Amino acid sequence: MSDIVEIYDLRKAYDDGFEALKGVTLNIKKGEILALLGPNGAGKTTLISTVCGITTSTSGSVKVDGHDTVSDYRAARSMIGLVPQEINLEPFETVMSTVRFSRGLFGKPKNDVALENILKQLSLWDKKDTQIRALSGGMKRRVLIAKALAHDPRVLFLDEPTAGVDVELRRDMWEIVAELKADGVTIILTTHYIEEAEAIADRIGVIAHGELLLVEDKDKLMARMGKKQLTVQLSKPIKKLPARLKSDALVLASDGASLIYTYDTRAERTGITKLLSDVAAAGLVLTDIETSQSSLEDIFVDLVKEDAA
Amino acid sequence: MNWIAVSSIYKFEMTRFFRTITQSFVSPVLSTSLYFVVFGAAIGSRIQEVEGISYGAFIVPGLIMLSVITQSISNASFGIYFPKFIGTVFELLSAPINFIEIVLGYVGAAATKALFIGVIILGTAFFFVDITIQHPVWMVLFLVLTCVSFSLFGFIIGIWAGNFEQLQLVPLLIITPLVFLGGSFYSITMLPPVWQVISHFNPVVYLISGFRWSFFGAADVPILISLCAIAGFTALCLAVIWWIFRTGWRIRQ
Repeated sequence: MSDIVEIYDLRKAYDDGFEALKGVTLNIKKGEILALLGPNGAGKTTLISTVCGITTSTSGSVKVDGHDTVSDYRAARSMIGLVPQEINLEPFETVMSTVRFSRGLFGKPKNDVALENILKQLSLWDKKDTQIRALSGGMKRRVLIAKALAHDPRVLFLDEPTAGVDVELRRDMWEIVAELKADGVTIILTTHYIEEAEAIADRIGVIAHGELLLVEDKDKLMARMGKKQLTVQLSKPIKKLPARLKSDALVLASDGASLIYTYDTRAERTGITKLLSDVAAAGLVLTDIETSQSSLEDIFVDLVKEDAA
Repeated sequence: MNWIAVSSIYKFEMTRFFRTITQSFVSPVLSTSLYFVVFGAAIGSRIQEVEGISYGAFIVPGLIMLSVITQSISNASFGIYFPKFIGTVFELLSAPINFIEIVLGYVGAAATKALFIGVIILGTAFFFVDITIQHPVWMVLFLVLTCVSFSLFGFIIGIWAGNFEQLQLVPLLIITPLVFLGGSFYSITMLPPVWQVISHFNPVVYLISGFRWSFFGAADVPILISLCAIAGFTALCLAVIWWIFRTGWRIRQ
């Protein structure tokens, strides 16, 4: 897959000296869903705002489908749709007129058939002549998405689309995102919710203190999390592993008092039974056994902590 | 040029205007009628002619300018301030448009609204006083230039304003006094010599004088100077707006 968004060493420092982005480099693949995870103030919104042209960068570059967002901003921005975090809408406009305005602003000729499809996809069609102030919070969020899609963007940024929405609407949002992906739209969403990233993303990026700490395929990340560790405490420390126990999955702890066995919980055979019989056959006496599993949450918290330290 | 975007902004702004059609049209017609009743019929009948023109007719150009200037500023400043206030400005900043297109859309709409109101006031004036326009082409030119230049100025105020009070501040504290003291209701030749000199520092004097000349053929200052003054003001506003978008002042961090 080719890259549709190329962010290179992007930095943003505000006038007061605060560095919101400290050299972010990130390539986003065409057609993928990338979830950017990070705590409040991590720089997620600044990153999106800089790519979309709302904030200027201090240095670095962003290209969208090969078009530089500064020197070739018209071509670059035409490809981007942005759903902001805040519900920013003109209260007295009707749904249809505000969506039509967004399409026009991006220089696309009037096409009410295309807008009808978008509104229907977002279950907004029967609200098309309703004033925005009369809509519920969830409906307003849908209007924001409709506005962002009005000019048929190839890249869609969703800044915390499900912050503060109820469970049902969150599921709806995920479905909408899945449909957009099926239409070939590349989606970048920011979120605090790890389960959200797990549920819909192809890749996950973790951002904290203005730095991108990790970007990885969700499946690889999940596989890493799917790994469990079994720690076997020995009654007496040993100097080295007995020959019959030697395997890639088993290591002796540095103090020699325990054996650490890593296995995949999803595998057909975990190898635990064999390990325990081998340990007994090697004449080692066990005092305790414990297992531990790392979750995405742990990885995330560790990364953010490490970075803060 | 992204003309579709320009026309989208223009139409969007004009829709707002037509949505509040009663306010937009009735209030200027009403206030102008009141001016004519008070200054034209009631007080005006006791005022002698000014430069050979009946007082009721004499104030028509000034009244139109007064409304056109205040309307241009308030329309344009509100037009760009409102998206900033409610946050929809993000859409303008992330769209594939440049500042010329944004300005054309917002300022064009604001100037059109002000022009409408100017024409309506002129129409209303015909019901109250007998006026002939000696130089109609110049009259239209002055009217359009005033609408455009003060809409540009209003646009700057809208970008500068951080709250609704500031939005009202400049029109209230600077523009209204300048327009009232700019000869809307009198010829500056009626003032004592010292005040005549001071009045020449008021840019609005040149506008009203030129505009009045297009009606009656009499002016306080030479017509060419009036034209230069308004052209200079327009150029100054354009330069400030160019600088605003270049630096992103108050709109783009």
